[in-house]
Amino acid sequence: MTTAMKKYILLLLCIYSFTAMSVIRAQQVEKSTYGTFALTNATVETVTKGTLKNATVIIRDGYIQEVGTDVVIPKEAQVIDCKNLTIYPGMVDSGTKVGLQEIGSMSLTQDYNEIGDITPDMDALTAVNPNSVIIPVTRVSGVTSVITYPSGGLFPGQAALINLQGYTPEQMYGGFKAMIINFPSSGKRGRWDRRSDEEIKKDGDKAIKKLNDVWERVSTYAAIDSAAEGHVDYNPELAALVPVYRGEMTALVEANKTSDILAAIKWIKDNNIKAVLTGVSEGWRVADSIALAGIPVITGPVLGMPSRDTDPYDQAYKNAGLMQKAGVKVALRTDDSENSRNLPFNAGFAATYGMGKEEALKAVTIVPAEIFGIEDEVGSIEAGKKANLFVSTGDPFEPSTAIKHLFINGWNVPIESRQTLLYDEFLNRDPGVTPKAVPGKS
Amino acid sequence: MYTMNKLFLLTFLFLSVGIHAQVPTGDLLIRNGTVLTITNGVLEETDILVENGKIKRIGKNLKAPSGIKEFDATGQYVMPGIVDAHSHIAIDAVNEATNPITPEVKVGDSVDPFDLSIYRALAGGVTTIHAMHGSANAIGGQCQTLKLRYGLMDPSSFIFEGASRTIKFALGENPMRVHGEGRGVQPSTRMGVERVIRNAFQKGKNYKAKWATYEEKKKKNPNATPPLYNERYQTMADIIDGKIIIQCHSYRADEILMLMRVLSDFGVHRITFQHVNEGFKVAPELAEFGAMASVFADWWAYKFEVYYSTAYNATILTRNGVVTSINSDSGELMRHLFHEAAKTQRYGDLSDDEALSLITINPARQLGIDHKVGSIEVGKDADLAIFKNHPLSIYAIPQLTVIDGIIRFDLANDPADMRIYIDAEESTPSFYGQESVEGCLIDTDLMFSHQH
Repeated sequence: MTTAMKKYILLLLCIYSFTAMSVIRAQQVEKSTYGTFALTNATVETVTKGTLKNATVIIRDGYIQEVGTDVVIPKEAQVIDCKNLTIYPGMVDSGTKVGLQEIGSMSLTQDYNEIGDITPDMDALTAVNPNSVIIPVTRVSGVTSVITYPSGGLFPGQAALINLQGYTPEQMYGGFKAMIINFPSSGKRGRWDRRSDEEIKKDGDKAIKKLNDVWERVSTYAAIDSAAEGHVDYNPELAALVPVYRGEMTALVEANKTSDILAAIKWIKDNNIKAVLTGVSEGWRVADSIALAGIPVITGPVLGMPSRDTDPYDQAYKNAGLMQKAGVKVALRTDDSENSRNLPFNAGFAATYGMGKEEALKAVTIVPAEIFGIEDEVGSIEAGKKANLFVSTGDPFEPSTAIKHLFINGWNVPIESRQTLLYDEFLNRDPGVTPKAVPGKS
Repeated sequence: MYTMNKLFLLTFLFLSVGIHAQVPTGDLLIRNGTVLTITNGVLEETDILVENGKIKRIGKNLKAPSGIKEFDATGQYVMPGIVDAHSHIAIDAVNEATNPITPEVKVGDSVDPFDLSIYRALAGGVTTIHAMHGSANAIGGQCQTLKLRYGLMDPSSFIFEGASRTIKFALGENPMRVHGEGRGVQPSTRMGVERVIRNAFQKGKNYKAKWATYEEKKKKNPNATPPLYNERYQTMADIIDGKIIIQCHSYRADEILMLMRVLSDFGVHRITFQHVNEGFKVAPELAEFGAMASVFADWWAYKFEVYYSTAYNATILTRNGVVTSINSDSGELMRHLFHEAAKTQRYGDLSDDEALSLITINPARQLGIDHKVGSIEVGKDADLAIFKNHPLSIYAIPQLTVIDGIIRFDLANDPADMRIYIDAEESTPSFYGQESVEGCLIDTDLMFSHQH
C-alpha cells in the first residue's frame, strides 16, 4: 500500500469516526429497537393471572402475542434469556409533571400552569416534550407510563396518559385524557392562616359558588349545543367542559382535606359526572364514605408528610392501604416530575405500611388501567395487551433490584439515561487527577 | 420583695443556663438482634449492653445487672443511630440573610426543642442531626450538631457535647439570588462569590496578624492596646486555624474547584461539600484535597445548577475514595434516610456496609463526632436504631430509637403527646411538593417579595 493510500484511508477513518461520534452525541441515549422478541426462562408476574415460572413471553408488533410455559418461539424472534429474572407489567405513575416541566425553578421550562383560573381547554399532551431528559431517567426504573397533568386554578386543563417512549406526543399518547378539577378547599390552611372563622367560611362558600356557577353555564351551553346541533356560539372553556358534563370524559377531582373530600363526593354525585378523586391525603379518615360512593382514588406521594401535626409520622405511608382495605379502588402517584422514578419506592412504602406487596403492585399496574378504562390494553402481562413491561432481577420495589430490560409499546428500550451515561463517563474519570491542576498543588 | 424574687429567679435562670445541662443517660439490654456494627461487620443473634448511656459490651448471651430494662430484638436489625449531616429542623431561624458574610451568627442560639420534626426524625431512626444555617450567604452562620433528645425542654440539652465546630458556606445560585438579585450587592455571579469569600479570608488573616502582633507587643508592654475584638473575623481566623469544619453548599464542579483553590491559598483543609451534585465530576480532585461530600440520593433538576446531576453521585464519590454521606435537607426525607442510602444499591452497587456508612460513620466523620457515634462499638454512645427487616430493604420499619441508652421513639408505644401542637382542624391541604425545594432558603422569602 502506498503512503498516499494509507493517508487516504486514515483520513477516511478520521471522517468516519468523527461522524459516528457526532451521531452518538446528537442522541440522548441509544436507539430503541422494534420487532419480534422472545423473553425466555422467565418468572412472570402477570398481576391478573398469577405467577408463571420458567415461562416465555413473545412480543410482536408492539403487542404481547403469547405468554406461557409451552410457547413456540418464532424463528425471527430475538431471544432474550431471562433466567433468574422476573417480568412485570410496566408501572404507571398516575400523577406527574413529566414532559411538562424540565427544571423546577425555571418558569420558562414549565408548561403546566396557564394564566387564568378557568382554563379547561388547555391540553397537557400538546406541551409534552418527548425529548425531555427526565423521560429516560424515569423509564429505566420500570415506570413505562405516566399521567402528566396541568395544575393551578379551578380548571387548569386536561391531563394525558403518556408512554415514556416516542418522538412525538402522538406516538407517546396512551389513550386516556381527563379534566383536572381542583375542588375548592375550605377551612384553615395551616397554623399561619390568620383568617377569622367567618372569613374562612365566606371564602369557602365563594369558591364553591364559583364552581357551581361554571357548572350551570356548562349545563346551559350543553343544552344549547344539543338543541342547535353543535352550532352554538363557540366558548372554548365551556366547550371543553361539555364532555365532562355529559359523562363522556373523566374528571380528576383534587381534594385532600376530609371536609373537601366529602364535599367533592357530594358534588360529583349531585352532578352525576364520571370522576376520580386525586390527592386524597386524608382519605383514610373517610375511607368508608369514598368506598360507598364507589369513586376510585389516585393518591400520593406515599412518601409524604402527615397532613396534621397530630397524626403519627407514618400516616401518609398508611393512607393508601387504609383506603384500599376499606374497599376503595386505589392507584398511586408520585406527584413529581424529575423523580417520578421513585414510583416503585412509593408503592413499596404503601406495601410495607398496610397495603401489602400484591395490592401495591396492582395500584401501579392494573388498577390505573381500570380507572382509565384501558384495562384491555395495558396493566398486566396477558396475550393481546400492549407490550409495556420490564424485566428485573427481582422485586421492583426493592432498591437493590436492577432493571435489565424494558419494553414500551413493543419497543425494546435501552436501560440508559443521561444519569447512567454520566456514571459510565465519570466512575473512573480519565484523565484523573493531573498534579498541576490540583488546587493547592500548583 | 417582688423585685428581689425576680432578681433571684433571673440569677437562678442565668446560672442554670450557664451550667452544662446534665443530659440524662440510661441502661438498656438489647437481646438477640442482628447487629449491623458498620465498622466490624454483621453480628448475628447478639446482645448489646448499655450502661450510663454508653455501649458497655457486645456479645452473645450477655449477663446483665438485674432489673435492667430489656428489649427483645429477636429477628430484628440493630444499627447505629442515623446521623443527618444536613438539616434545618429543630431551629427557629435558618438564614441571617442580611449580609453575604455572617460567620458571627450561630444556629445554636435558636434551638427549638418542641419542633415536631424531631419526633418524625426519631421515628425514622435518626439520632443526631447537623442543624445548619441556610445557603443565603456565601459565608453563613455557624451550625450546631444536635442529639434528638426529644422530650427535654432545655434547648442546651440538645447540644451534642464534643462535636466539632462547623460553619455554613454557600456557592452558586442561592447567594447570587439573595444578595445580587435580591439586595443589589455582591455577589451576583460566581466570580463575585469567589471574591466575597477570598476577601473575608484575607480580612480574617489580617485580623489574626493584628492579634499576633499585639500578643508580641504585650510581652514587652503589658499595657499595649489590643485590637478591637470582632466576632466575624475571629471566626474567619478560627477557620484558618483549623478549629472549624466548613460545610459548603455547592453544586457545580467549577465552583467546587474554585473553593478548594481559595482554601489552599489560606492553608485551610477541613471541608465537607454539601449537596455537591456535580462532585462526581471532580471526585479525584476532592479525594486528593481530602474534602468530604454530603449528597442527596437522587434529587436533581429542581434548579438549573442541578440539571446535570446523576443519582450515581454517591457511588462515584465513594469509589474514588471521597468520604461521602447522604443527607436529607428536609423534614420529610429525614424520616427515611435508610431508604435514601439503599438507593445507592440501585444507582451503583455499594455493599450493605458501604451504603449504611453513608448515614452513620461517614456523616459522623464529617461532623467530627465519629469517636462517639456512627458505629456500634464498645465505649461509644448508645445511639441505636432498631428495625424490623433490614434497614436497606423497602420493607424496613423502624421499631425503636435510642439515644444515650434512653428510648426516644418506640413504635409499640408511640403516645399521642409526642406531638405537641394539637389542633384537630389544622391541616395542610396542599403539602405535597412543599419539600421538593431545598430547605436551605428558608427565611429569605422577603428578599423576593417583589417577584410575587
